[in-house]
Amino acid sequence: MFNQIRLVNFISAILCVVLIAPILIVVVMSFGASSYMIFPPDSLSTRWYEEFFSSPEWMSSLASSFLIALLASMIATTLGFLGAYSLVRGKYGNKKLIISFCLLPLIVPTIITAVALYFASVPLELVGSKIWIAVCHAALAIPVVLLILLSSLQGIDVSVERAAEGMGASKLYTFTRIVIPMAAPGIMSAAFFSFLTSFDELIVSLFLAGLESETLPVRIWNSLIMNMEPVIASISTVLILITISLLLIELMVRKLRA
Amino acid sequence: MTEAIMRRRVGPGRFQMKSENLIYPVLAFLLVFFILPIAWFFIKSALDYEGNFAAMLLETFTSPLFITVAWKTIWISLLVTLFALAAAYPIAYSLTRSSSFTFTLIIICVIVPYFTSIIVRTYSWMIILGTKGIINEFLIYVGVIDKPLNLMYNMVGVVIGMTYVLLPYFVLTLFATMKSIDVWLLQAGRSMGASNFYVFRKVFFPLSMPGIVSGFLIVYILAAGFFVTPALMGGPNDVMMAMLIQRNIEVTLDWPLASALSLFLLVVTLIIYAFYCKYTDMDKMLGK
Repeated sequence: MFNQIRLVNFISAILCVVLIAPILIVVVMSFGASSYMIFPPDSLSTRWYEEFFSSPEWMSSLASSFLIALLASMIATTLGFLGAYSLVRGKYGNKKLIISFCLLPLIVPTIITAVALYFASVPLELVGSKIWIAVCHAALAIPVVLLILLSSLQGIDVSVERAAEGMGASKLYTFTRIVIPMAAPGIMSAAFFSFLTSFDELIVSLFLAGLESETLPVRIWNSLIMNMEPVIASISTVLILITISLLLIELMVRKLRA
Repeated sequence: MTEAIMRRRVGPGRFQMKSENLIYPVLAFLLVFFILPIAWFFIKSALDYEGNFAAMLLETFTSPLFITVAWKTIWISLLVTLFALAAAYPIAYSLTRSSSFTFTLIIICVIVPYFTSIIVRTYSWMIILGTKGIINEFLIYVGVIDKPLNLMYNMVGVVIGMTYVLLPYFVLTLFATMKSIDVWLLQAGRSMGASNFYVFRKVFFPLSMPGIVSGFLIVYILAAGFFVTPALMGGPNDVMMAMLIQRNIEVTLDWPLASALSLFLLVVTLIIYAFYCKYTDMDKMLGK
């Protein structure tokens, strides 16, 4: 009997290695010295990191990605927070339908969204505008924000809000002084994950970036279809590190709160 | 303090805020920046098309290229979803019955790839599966093969890459269902003399079915519209629908054809999504 459970655990262990190994391999590869992708690298160096951080082209795409993701995250988190609060506290029907609708950007194949946005952007001369890319990314990030905040807002006791209102606080006062501080950890996760959604987004950026606003994923994409430069491994490692740091900060905030 | 609050309450220009109304900004935003562009794309393509748009759709959907690509898309997505299910099930199962230490280890292995950029994850498999990749170099070194296997730029590469990228979605969906299964039910079965496997087959597995269905539908939807991994890891014969749409815009500039293909992909996606909404307990998101 126990053997069956052991067997399942053994299979899971192997699968977990398969899940994490590719990430680790990229990290190890990024420290290789040669221009060929050999694993394990025969000698170690940080030359690809130097190449990445000293290249004005790569740095400008990193800056574009960062700016766009910051703005997209602010828009998506604000709108998503208001929406999630309304869905959790508001009294109306059809919530299921509203949620299904709000999750559509996650469901509709991004290629369709990207092509449609491109189709609209060309006559409006919006191709290449960072603000416009951020707005489009915000639409894609709203489902992520909603999913996080719907679950975190439910953990907040409505009676605290009622108490504040009962003591004469206005709705707005209660909202800014009670609801937002109590929801702060959830809002922060939502902001982080919507940032990542935009920061890692490729397809919409591919169509909308033009030459002036090339984001990091777009430049990586161009390199992968052309010649797979070895510098990609170091850039990927930087992206992995950004992801892991955000996950760790999020975890720490949750631990502190608990 | 109380006075300050009171003043706010009766103060001039008090903003009337009702939680019911707070849903409108997000709905309006999605309507303007998401729904409208998609609707406009289809309407304008249909209006601009000189000739009969319906006839063009019919002609597109019966063309050999479309049929090949549609089949390829359906087939690859199905394979990927099945492989992802097979791999996700044991992982999710172990998650539900592990101590906090192993739980943390497993969840790290699932979450880190989940939040890592898709293009990075695809790139890592390109390093692993390439002709000079890790697997080929290893097999040649060990002496199992003497010339490299073609693991990439064909369907094998596409299926491996896509399964890897979509696996965490399946694990998390399954885990959400499995963790709500009452352990006492399993205990009860076991205390009445049923074997572990019997309890699993008769109690646990049927109770995990909603997770399998939701996970299957969501991963299938994502797979069918996938672009990055098949575009980077596929060969000339592994064109999926999303890639065909992109090519018609970037290479041949054929907007009407791209809109016809998009319409097909969108309709298929929305039909599966309707099933997903029907079979997934969305009320759970609202804590009911």
